[in-house]
Amino acid sequence: MDSMVLAENLTKRFDGFVAVNGVSFRVDAGEFFGFLGPNGAGKTTTMKMIYCFSPKTSGRLEVAGIDVDKNPRRIKEIIGVTPQENNLDPDFTVFENLMVYSSYFDIPATEAKKRAKMLLEFIQLEEKRDVVIEKLSTGMKRRLILARALINEPKMLVLDEPTIGLDPQARHMIWQKLRELRSQGVTILLTTHYMEEAEELCDRLVIMDGGKIIAEGKPRDLIQQHIKGDVLEITTDEDVTSYLARHYDQLHFERVENKVHIFSQDPERLLRELVSKYRIGSTLVRKATLEDVFLELTGRGLRE
Amino acid sequence: MNTDLLLRFPALTSRVWKVWLRNKAVFMKTYKVNFIPPFIEPLLYLFALGFGLGFFVGNFEGVSYAAFIAPALVAISSMYSAFFECTYGSYVRMYYQKTFDAIITTPLTIDEVIAGELLWGATKSAINCSIILLVISAFGLVNLRWMFLVVPFSFLSGILFASLAMCFTAIVPNIDSFNYPSYLLITPMFLFSGTFFPLSVLPVYIRILAEVLLPLTHVTLILRALTLNNLSWSLLYSLVWIALVALGLFVLAINLMRKRLIV
Repeated sequence: MDSMVLAENLTKRFDGFVAVNGVSFRVDAGEFFGFLGPNGAGKTTTMKMIYCFSPKTSGRLEVAGIDVDKNPRRIKEIIGVTPQENNLDPDFTVFENLMVYSSYFDIPATEAKKRAKMLLEFIQLEEKRDVVIEKLSTGMKRRLILARALINEPKMLVLDEPTIGLDPQARHMIWQKLRELRSQGVTILLTTHYMEEAEELCDRLVIMDGGKIIAEGKPRDLIQQHIKGDVLEITTDEDVTSYLARHYDQLHFERVENKVHIFSQDPERLLRELVSKYRIGSTLVRKATLEDVFLELTGRGLRE
Repeated sequence: MNTDLLLRFPALTSRVWKVWLRNKAVFMKTYKVNFIPPFIEPLLYLFALGFGLGFFVGNFEGVSYAAFIAPALVAISSMYSAFFECTYGSYVRMYYQKTFDAIITTPLTIDEVIAGELLWGATKSAINCSIILLVISAFGLVNLRWMFLVVPFSFLSGILFASLAMCFTAIVPNIDSFNYPSYLLITPMFLFSGTFFPLSVLPVYIRILAEVLLPLTHVTLILRALTLNNLSWSLLYSLVWIALVALGLFVLAINLMRKRLIV
């Protein structure tokens, strides 16, 4: 299969600090590929190098087989970008935003009108066609940014936090649209903080921390690799952790305030045992998620 | 700072006009309001200074005082319209609206975006100067012979002032800092460039400074010669001065902006 993005030892250094530190990865054409990581992990910087906004410091980076330093214009012609920050043009209406943006791609006006109309239907914003940007809700703006990124019918979409700050309805709508695009063969790169978003959408993902890739794989494989079994969550003020440490030397568990997370192959049996010995508040047995993997790998400490 | 990088001539394509067209489209949305300043301002100056103060000044270098300052009003408008378009206007688009960021994720380069902004700033100069030219012509203050040259010339001087402005836009830490060039450079130029009184009344060293350093001096000289039908070969020096400085600042502005925005 053709690779859409190929990075080898990719590095980005700003004055005295390394934002991306020798990462290597490959995204195949048609893949839905995710970048996860805490703030400051280097996700956005990696994205910016891919969409030729920020020049790389060293290493190799090719998009659709084109070196980012050699022909960025050609790359920018065939990709669509939704940046983290809203940069819709506030001097124009919804429809004008799509039209003006299309002019930057040299799309003839009649064709651009057709596409703009279709895209407004696609993101269900036809009624807002002639509304200025400041009158749109956050969710509508994100949808419009997605539509704008599609105006040049890109081979690849680069989405930096596409659903940040959205309510669940708007988020699910964007997810559904992204799945539709993927089924049409568009390669999609996505950064996100939302674990369920990555689990839901990505074929494959990398977890970044401190400018490096610390894990890579399919969401389910990553969970199986890093978390053994299911998760038992209990609420208690008693000292169950020292009991667990004494009796189960292989067991992985974690205390966060009055909550204890225990990763176990047989959580039901363990729960019965603990309930018989301690005063336990609420209990929950659930499947391990990507969030568990993420916290396991990157820790609970705040990054900023 | 690497001087090679600052003087490198940018690689530009016709895509520059996409940015120009974007700005024109925004301008045309409110064109009626935009035409008020270049129409009202020269009227105020003409009545207060030209005819009011001019009553006491009398004839001046062989023409009425109103005819003496009329071309200066065109020159000043060229400076203000291009300078403010590419300081406050460009800064808002760059920093608050993130318009440049959005455009450079398309096939346009940052060099083309900035060049488009500069050409638009020059266009604003040409538009405003044309309107003022009509106003002062209506008062019979313009000799018609070279009048048509005022518009292309105001585009050239617009390039100079737009580029000068963009150099500041590339280096200011925030929008309030534009007060420095506005009050330490633009306002003194407005007053001391042979606009409202001839430079010959100033001490000789100030006069030399004005002639060597202040672009508005040269712009005013040429516009006055055009509107008073008073051309001479010595103006060639001013024209070459303006063209060279405009070119240099144009290149410098683009390189400084690239340095600011591409990290």
